[in-house]
Amino acid sequence: MQADLNTILPEILISVYAMLALLGAVYTSKDKLAGLVTYATAAVFLVVAAWIGLGGSGVETAFGGMFVDDAFARFAKVTILLSAAAVLVMGMGYLERHNMMKFEYPILMALSVVGMMFMVSAGDLMALYMGLELQSLALYVIAAMRRDSLRSTEAGLKYFVLGALSSGLLLYGASLVYGYAGTTLFSGIVAAAGEGLAPVGLLFGLVFVMAGLAFKVSAVPFHMWTPDVYEGSPTPVTSFFATAPKVAAMALFARVLHDAFGGVAADWSQVLILISGLSMFVGAIAAIGQSNIKRLMAYSSIAHMGYAMIGLAAGTAFGIEAMLTYMAIYVTMNIGTFAFILSMERDGVPVTDIDALRMYSKAEPGKAMALLVLLFSLAGVPPMLGFFAKLGVWQAGIDAELFWLVGASAVASAIGAYYYLRIVYFMYFGEETEAALDENKSPVLWFMLMGAALVMLVGVVSLFGLDSAAATAAAALVN
Amino acid sequence: MDNLLSIVTFIPALAALILALFLRGSDEEAGRNAKWVALLATSITFLVSLFILSGFDASNTGFQMVEEREWLMGLTYKLGVDGISVLFVMLTTFMMPLTIAASWSVKTRVKEYMIAFLVLETLMLGVFMALDMVLFYVFFEAGLIPMFLIIGIWGGKERIYASFKFFLYTFLGSVLMLVAMVAMFADAGTTDIPTLMTHSFGSETFSILGVQIVGGLQTLMFLAFFASFAVKMPMWPVHTWLPDAHVQAPTAGSVVLAAILLKMGGYGFLRFSLPMFPVGSDVMAPLVLWMSAIAIVYTSLVALVQDDMKKLIAYSSVAHMGFVTMGIFAVNQQGVDGAIFQMISHGFISGALFLCVGVIYDRMHTREIDAYGGLVNRMPAYALIFMFFTMANVGLPGTSGFVGEFLTLMGIFQVNTWVAAVAALGVILSAGYALWLYRRVVFGDLIKESLKTISDMTSREKAIFAPLVVMTLLLGVYPSLVTDIISPSVEALVSNYHIALHDAGTAAAALAQSH
Repeated sequence: MQADLNTILPEILISVYAMLALLGAVYTSKDKLAGLVTYATAAVFLVVAAWIGLGGSGVETAFGGMFVDDAFARFAKVTILLSAAAVLVMGMGYLERHNMMKFEYPILMALSVVGMMFMVSAGDLMALYMGLELQSLALYVIAAMRRDSLRSTEAGLKYFVLGALSSGLLLYGASLVYGYAGTTLFSGIVAAAGEGLAPVGLLFGLVFVMAGLAFKVSAVPFHMWTPDVYEGSPTPVTSFFATAPKVAAMALFARVLHDAFGGVAADWSQVLILISGLSMFVGAIAAIGQSNIKRLMAYSSIAHMGYAMIGLAAGTAFGIEAMLTYMAIYVTMNIGTFAFILSMERDGVPVTDIDALRMYSKAEPGKAMALLVLLFSLAGVPPMLGFFAKLGVWQAGIDAELFWLVGASAVASAIGAYYYLRIVYFMYFGEETEAALDENKSPVLWFMLMGAALVMLVGVVSLFGLDSAAATAAAALVN
Repeated sequence: MDNLLSIVTFIPALAALILALFLRGSDEEAGRNAKWVALLATSITFLVSLFILSGFDASNTGFQMVEEREWLMGLTYKLGVDGISVLFVMLTTFMMPLTIAASWSVKTRVKEYMIAFLVLETLMLGVFMALDMVLFYVFFEAGLIPMFLIIGIWGGKERIYASFKFFLYTFLGSVLMLVAMVAMFADAGTTDIPTLMTHSFGSETFSILGVQIVGGLQTLMFLAFFASFAVKMPMWPVHTWLPDAHVQAPTAGSVVLAAILLKMGGYGFLRFSLPMFPVGSDVMAPLVLWMSAIAIVYTSLVALVQDDMKKLIAYSSVAHMGFVTMGIFAVNQQGVDGAIFQMISHGFISGALFLCVGVIYDRMHTREIDAYGGLVNRMPAYALIFMFFTMANVGLPGTSGFVGEFLTLMGIFQVNTWVAAVAALGVILSAGYALWLYRRVVFGDLIKESLKTISDMTSREKAIFAPLVVMTLLLGVYPSLVTDIISPSVEALVSNYHIALHDAGTAAAALAQSH
């Protein structure tokens, strides 16, 4: 018991912190403390990230295998914690300006992060579901955080209803898997699925579980909620949706497929190939007509999940490594881009229309240049880091002989380049407008935007050990 | 100097960084300083690059001045030059100071303009020097970004359409090439270009979805690379982005596009397609040859009916690039020699022609042929220079244009007489459109009211043309300057190609016999 608790100490720490912060804020001055709580939460995230990242090695399991702490989980957790901390700090200015600074916000974020940490460490279907729901419930609430806004409440409700449906699918799949494998432990399932031909019921269960997970990573055909929720939620919340939960869901996807269904890789990789191909094309084509930058980023994230899934579909250790690298780079690009979107305001009112960026390069050449770098990186144009992310998953795909998928993704990425270029077009070639955007002096946003852009450029020289960390993580998962 | 190539490659990028970070001051002042910094940086690059030429040993057919360093994701940062690439490096460093000098009249956002051109120079040099496949791709593809901005920001009326078309066309071609590169990496286990040149990729015929692929893997990879290089070249029928891009780009943008960027396609064929996929090239060569022949005749005819000067020259570029692809895929000494020579000479001539258009565009702000006429009355020096380059474009003996066309035709004649006959038509047609353009713009009486006050070339403009005239004449009367450097490498390339083809042929025959 003692050892079990030691293993999940980071999760306990954040949970206890969240409870204490909740009590503290409720019994003292409520929203006045919101800023402090936000900073404290971010600090806790950073400390725990450093703790997990620097300490810990090897594999430890707790609670009879329900919780696994290995290099893979640690990589995912560090990525999740760092991006959540960045998003928290980034969104503060926006929330304060628009009177949305509630003390519940950082606390709910903390709880959802705990959920994610459980997800990536899950070694059992029950643990998986607990982590997933803890994460999702917190996210449903913060999506609807702006109670007086129709859009925000609609987004929250839509997310909740569709999320409940997907949880239902997942649970149904889990029950089938349990029925045919006789256990919910991944180690047991992999044994049951690995002996010769897997029972059909188990494969049915697998497909339902995958459907539920595909919803969480917003992969086509379970992507419909994404644009609406991205658009309706307050922008800081959107920037959170686009980063940490995506990493967690993708890592969980990899965990389930390899730990529990590693023996039937041939079966699930077909499903993944289809999901991945569809996501890339829907993401690329549907975004063309968007004029709202948040919706555009929603489709962009759908497409990016498609590319990352090539690494998953490859079913190899190198595929996982490429996928993890892809997710880390994707998160960095999105943090930078959303730092910019958070600063888009005109006369104090947030604007999300890309039309508002007309000739932005004249007003703010430095920020426009940084956004340009990020956009080309998102499009996967070298020498930006986004290109190396794509190169990695393509390598994994070709190694696994997924020639058609990789070829299709090349075409999709060329189509997708169009809408990123369209933003560049508004910033650099458009006509001048009279109504320029407000000048945003927030040093945090500036730092995040410039930092992300710089990483995209400097990444060509060195990945700062990201590749070796991802390789260790992948080796821990696939053996 | 061990890392001479890196130094040459990154001097312009360094200057761009300095401009971006440290150049302050009012718009006018900053603009003037930016121009001087850019001119200085490109000139220094040219001077330093002379060391590459002087240190180059033409008799050595391998790669020289090689630099190799570890890079991320198991790739290597590797640069080097051989007889095929060294002259393209020189062409780039030679043309860039001239294009910067030709941009002296740019008024808007000068600093950004100069940064874009400096970054572009680094990327172009990198393309010609890279000896790692992925490094090549990074330079090749990254060049799209500054060019996209140059067309989009400083271009003409339809610049948005042209810039998007330019970017998306070339991007789609290149990503397919990247997929093939990844497949090559999986097959050969390395991204090192010299090693890949000696690796023989599978050439057994197989079928995909019931379609027989003769030449197997090599043909597929050839096609993927072809998608990229043919667009870049550009070859008919994927050339349509070029006239748009040329017409809308600012003068200096057109010059760089015509003189250097188009050469990347031809260089790519010589660096990748021929040495790495000899069987694939052999299978596809007839198609490429006929596409080239059609390009030469068809685009020459299209050029005849243009009423926009830049568009006319753009179509003439496509026709001249047709000679290049024809020479390359003849795969013999004369053909490939001629193709490289044609690319170098076209760099000077088409660059100069676009500069000629730029001279009068700066004065009249129109490129319509009908808006001009009788310029010789007020601009004698301009008439002379324009005449010289028109003749060079036609391929008048004594200019470098003649040597390239003659060598490629001679090369192709040994391989396919019909293609040679059709292509020779293009020589006649080129005389037609070029001379007619010249007549309409320069000769006749000066009757247009707007032209009555037009002034002749300034000394800055004359100074820009002087080196181009010298080079065109020099290469025209003394072509050995170029062929001495390229011939040994070309000879090795051609003989390796035929040996590889022969080996693949005997292997296939042995396989057939054993069945």
